[in-house]
Amino acid sequence: MSVLVYTESEQGKFKKVAFEVASYAKAVANQLGTTVTAIAMNVNDTSQLAMYGVDKVLNVTNTQLDNFNAKIYANIIKQAAEKESTKVVIIGSSANSKYLAPLLAVELNAGYASNVIEAPSNISPFTVKRTAFTNKAFEFTQINTDVKIVGVSNNSFGLVESSGSATAEAFSPSLSESGINIESVDKVTGKVSIADAEIVVSAGRGLKGPENWGMIEELASVLGAATACSKPVSDLGWRPHGEHVGQTGKPVAANLYIAIGISGAIQHLAGINASKVKVVINTDSEAPFFKAADYGVIGDAFEVVPRLVEKLKAFKAQQ
Amino acid sequence: MLVISITDKILICFKLLIMKILVCISHVPDTTSKINFSDNNTKFDTNGVQFVINPNDEFGLTRAMWFKEKQGATVTVVNVGGPETEPTLRKALAIGADAAIRVNTVATDGFSVAKQLANVVKDGGYDLVIAGRESIDYNGGMVPGMIAGLTSANFINNCIGLEIEGTSVKAIREIDGGKETLSTSLPLVIGGQKGLVEESDLRIPNMRGIMMARQKALNVLEPIDANAETTSTKFEKPAPKGAIKLVSPDNLDELINLLHNEAKVI
Ligand SMILES: Cc1cc2nc3c(=O)[nH]c(=O)nc-3n(C[C@H](O)[C@H](O)[C@H](O)COP(=O)(O)OP(=O)(O)OC[C@H]3O[C@@H](n4cnc5c(N)ncnc54)[C@H](O)[C@@H]3O)c2cc1C
Ligand SMILES: Nc1ncnc2c1ncn2[C@@H]1O[C@H](COP(=O)(O)O)[C@@H](O)[C@H]1O
Repeated sequence: MSVLVYTESEQGKFKKVAFEVASYAKAVANQLGTTVTAIAMNVNDTSQLAMYGVDKVLNVTNTQLDNFNAKIYANIIKQAAEKESTKVVIIGSSANSKYLAPLLAVELNAGYASNVIEAPSNISPFTVKRTAFTNKAFEFTQINTDVKIVGVSNNSFGLVESSGSATAEAFSPSLSESGINIESVDKVTGKVSIADAEIVVSAGRGLKGPENWGMIEELASVLGAATACSKPVSDLGWRPHGEHVGQTGKPVAANLYIAIGISGAIQHLAGINASKVKVVINTDSEAPFFKAADYGVIGDAFEVVPRLVEKLKAFKAQQ
Repeated sequence: MLVISITDKILICFKLLIMKILVCISHVPDTTSKINFSDNNTKFDTNGVQFVINPNDEFGLTRAMWFKEKQGATVTVVNVGGPETEPTLRKALAIGADAAIRVNTVATDGFSVAKQLANVVKDGGYDLVIAGRESIDYNGGMVPGMIAGLTSANFINNCIGLEIEGTSVKAIREIDGGKETLSTSLPLVIGGQKGLVEESDLRIPNMRGIMMARQKALNVLEPIDANAETTSTKFEKPAPKGAIKLVSPDNLDELINLLHNEAKVI
């Protein structure tokens, strides 16, 4: 009956979202009066999960799983869910979690709610609050199936520490046929990805050209942030497509989103509105972004950003 | 009993040569739409809302047209929805799809939509199913993967590159912080998005396309039985935003102070 949570990892270590989804799973388990079981793939040390309410960890160790494969992973989670007689499976919102979720839903014949931002508002019928219409609204979704899958939105629930200990158990599921081979992985190393970032520094057409992104990169680096951009900037080839955020680009649900030289068109705002705190830097006080942001600076990015970088460096040095 | 008619034989030969593509089209509010709800916040209020092809599906449809024109393929578009979605399907026909199917039922949840679509895929024997990574209305991000699961096809999500030679497939998937090059084979379902084709490749239907679309088949199929696994019970709009705090460009220390002490985000 325990709540099963898939705790994502990378190169043998948990990603931060693993602790957020574990915290969420604990809240659900409390509501249901049951325990939390986590499933972890090739993680060296899983003891940290106990701090976020996990009671038991199923450790899968197999070098064939070093590369993520949605079908195989979904099938393993299904086997774990069956072993634990799980009624609720909790996953995250990374590209990988969103890739495996629908496959898992079919395997478990489970209703799936994605982009969930709060603990269930009701247990019977099981109801969760999620974002819909690309952050222009919230939707309460009732999951009617016996087994349920909840995909938790990044940075929405936060980390909730609890005390306790977790038992670890080796779990050796059978591996299904994959059908898909990975030829190569091309991942920028040493940079925070938009999906994992707590802070995102984003710039738009107001920057005039790709040669001016040095100060954006620098601001991001001081803050430990990911860089992003508006759609025209990636359409013009100033920045890679992977940085395009908004309704038709990547969604951003960061703690802090800094928009520089971005007007704040409705399609842009829709995609980034789930971020908690928004800062706008723009020369035009009439830019729509000023209606959507929490803090604003009316000013020229070419003056404000370098100055902000200097001041932040001093601030960080003091910390 | 297996009786293969002459027409079936011709179809089978044809199939070996020509890839059959199904593009799933979600009919969604235009990106500039204001979102409102009616019936005590239980229904999306379509009053005054313009509907369009879901942007992710437009990229997929454009890639399908490329296969049709460069390699030879038939392209069918499909929507699960009421008669009100037909103009959106006609637009896809005007862009160049060969035929359209509408499964005549209200799309209530992703899983039941996927079941309807999987049934269309099985009946039509499609080699490649192109859907979008996510619809911009419901944002479920589940229909393509569920179709793949239900039809036992291979599945690539967040697909930003697709090449097909015979039945072998090379694809690129966007991952968090980079991309992955994959190889697989047909039958395949993809969840597509921008990158599959460039923005500048997208087509606006021209007069000839619109005229031709009128002659193309738009078949209405009755739905199969499929339970809704999830039910939308209520909608809410985000709370109105508090007033913005403006900081002078000459006083950026104040901005840092606010972000650190008030917002607690740095
Ligand atoms: C179907 C559809 C989907 C779309 N999806 C997206 C999406 O997902 N994401 C997205 O971003 N857009 C999207 N758009 C585009 C969107 O409508 C806007 O065109 C776009 O967001 C504008 O980008 P921008 O703010 O960078 O450029 P602009 O609108 O040109 O704004 C530039 C801003 O920079 C300011 N500026 C100029 N010089 C300076 C300076 N020196 N210092 C500071 N500020 C300066 C200007 O005052 C202006 O506000 C979509 C559009 C459509 C039709
Ligand atoms: N009612 C529908 N009819 C046809 N295709 C759909 C429908 N709903 C969703 N899809 C397809 O599935 C994709 C993802 O939708 P969703 O899972 O709702 O985010 C869309 O981009 C479409 O390609």
